[in-house]
Amino acid sequence: MSALASPDGPRRVVPHRVPPWRLALGRLARNRGAVAALAVLAAVALACLVGPFLTGHAPERAYPDLRQLAPGLAAEPGPERLGPALERLAFRMRARVEAYAVAEGRLRLTLRADRPIEARSLVYLPRSDLFGEATVIERAEAGHRLVVEAPVRRLRFPLGTDVHGRDLLSRSLVAGRVSLLIGLVATAVALLAGVAYGAVSGFLGGRVDAVMMRLVDILYALPFVFFVMVLVVFFRASLALILIAIGAVEWLDMARIVRAETQALRRRDFVRAAEALGLSTLAILRRHIVPNTLGPVTVAATLLVPRVILLESFLSFLGLGVQEPQTSWGVLIADGARAIESAPAMLAAPAAFLVATLMALNILGDGLADALDPRGR
Amino acid sequence: MIAYTLRRLLQAVPTLVLVITLSFFLMRLAPGGPFDLERPLPPAAMENLRRVYGLDQPLPVQFARYLGALATGDLGPSFSFRDLSVADLFARGLPVSMTLGSLALALALAVGIGLGTLAATRQGGAADRLVGLLAALALSVPSFVVAPLLQIAFGLSLRWLPLSGWEGGAPSHLVLPVITLALPQIGAIARLTRTSMAEALRAQHVRTLRAMGLPPLAVARHALRGALLPVVAILGPLAAAMLTGSVVVETIFGLPGIGRYFVDGALNRDYTLVMGTVVLVAVLVLLFNLAGDLLSALLDPRLRLGA
Repeated sequence: MSALASPDGPRRVVPHRVPPWRLALGRLARNRGAVAALAVLAAVALACLVGPFLTGHAPERAYPDLRQLAPGLAAEPGPERLGPALERLAFRMRARVEAYAVAEGRLRLTLRADRPIEARSLVYLPRSDLFGEATVIERAEAGHRLVVEAPVRRLRFPLGTDVHGRDLLSRSLVAGRVSLLIGLVATAVALLAGVAYGAVSGFLGGRVDAVMMRLVDILYALPFVFFVMVLVVFFRASLALILIAIGAVEWLDMARIVRAETQALRRRDFVRAAEALGLSTLAILRRHIVPNTLGPVTVAATLLVPRVILLESFLSFLGLGVQEPQTSWGVLIADGARAIESAPAMLAAPAAFLVATLMALNILGDGLADALDPRGR
Repeated sequence: MIAYTLRRLLQAVPTLVLVITLSFFLMRLAPGGPFDLERPLPPAAMENLRRVYGLDQPLPVQFARYLGALATGDLGPSFSFRDLSVADLFARGLPVSMTLGSLALALALAVGIGLGTLAATRQGGAADRLVGLLAALALSVPSFVVAPLLQIAFGLSLRWLPLSGWEGGAPSHLVLPVITLALPQIGAIARLTRTSMAEALRAQHVRTLRAMGLPPLAVARHALRGALLPVVAILGPLAAAMLTGSVVVETIFGLPGIGRYFVDGALNRDYTLVMGTVVLVAVLVLLFNLAGDLLSALLDPRLRLGA
């Protein structure tokens, strides 16, 4: 680790030993729960990144004829959905369905009407999302009877569809991008603010430290979630605002952790030596203090990500967070909770993604804490 | 002890002033106002309304007026609930939220401490791992997922409990909201108790008790006193989490508590109602923080409040 190298290069011979971070990594790799959590996280992140390109549906594409489908692997429209859909389409074309049959993925439909059926009304078929371009096979009785053929589309919705007929898998994955992005960026904001503030406060000590920490104490007592809600409601919720608001709330813990670490480090010989060598405060903070607080900070940051994601989805659930057309897991869960009686899958799909991610992050954070500080357990 | 309490209360004043100032100016600097309806009011009527509520005055004057009224305990009239003052709304909503919160807190403490103790006395065993898993799950499943699931299971399928509503606090209407609110805290308390209990069980006086042949349950009882300190210490954050959680729980279960009023107030730009809620929540959190510290001192002689 760079922190272990002295600023003026290695002069004395250091006995070969395994660096502590390698030991910690080894301990983490032996923790089966943490490894599984890491795998889950990688899978979720990868799925959210590339998944939406592979599902075959744009997340905002609505199929009005395929609303609130249950999850399943069967291709849609299934046979039980064809009849009613054709009745509706024929009604729009001012005709009746006389007969229909599907063979080898093609629909053969016989229409009958009191007036001649216009060929251009056949555009209703491809427009319905269920069929491809239609061709007229046979025209009889002066156009009162029409036989047309059209390919039946085969759409798949592994996790079903929502109230507007949008693919839930695509939506959950795209929502995951937003949720994960907020989790990472807001954590990064909190991390930077907290580490800088805590390191400065702890290193300078004395009156500066007292004032800085008094401010943190005061801020600590604020009902922050309520504050974030006020902020988000009164200044139209935007992604940037949510990020800043959440980041601004969550840096306090980080500042406290880093300050405590810094105070301990401050008395260590290598920091005193650096001071004696005349390094500037900023240089000492950057080279010796901050890198050595990274252990506890990593743990805190890992545990902060799920808290941030939870806070975002909490806001979005109340309708105060991410707004349409953007979506996040909280938004989808809110939709699902509203439709829970008719389509339980709408709640289950995004909730499963959210819970899996939060749990994996929590387990990973605990695993990291154990690995970095084996005395803890 | 009394001097300490007084000093702590005095120290809370700057925090409260900060809360009030920040939320007041944040709200007023935001675009929009409480009388922006879908169909805009005629300018004269708007002018009238603004004058009646004092919104035509410059901001600093309004702020001074609000502070002055607040000092006498007047939270002002609500903007969205006509003819009702914020105090009236709190008089209705606070009992609901308090009932909900105190029951959930009691449940979370009882179950959380119980499970944590169980896990600590059987470290590494099946019970320990099960509690660990359940706690992680309780912490990871948000209340807005738990609530609809409970509603489906016990409201729609089994028809044991009502789906939502308050009905004057009938016990059957309380069960699901209290469980929902308590669940994440159960997870947090169980984990905390397990860690501190595991440490307490290694302490020398506990080892002595065991060597003297006390039954395991009696040993655990002695260890618990020391192990409870961290739990008591998080009483403030716990109360804050309860208050936050009650916003979701009250919204989902349709309970007329202050959490609901807060969300409605924020959406309607009801300045006084939102301010009142923020102040109330801040006071409650401060009080719970103080209560946590005082209780810690009672439990642990090393923390006696001299300094």
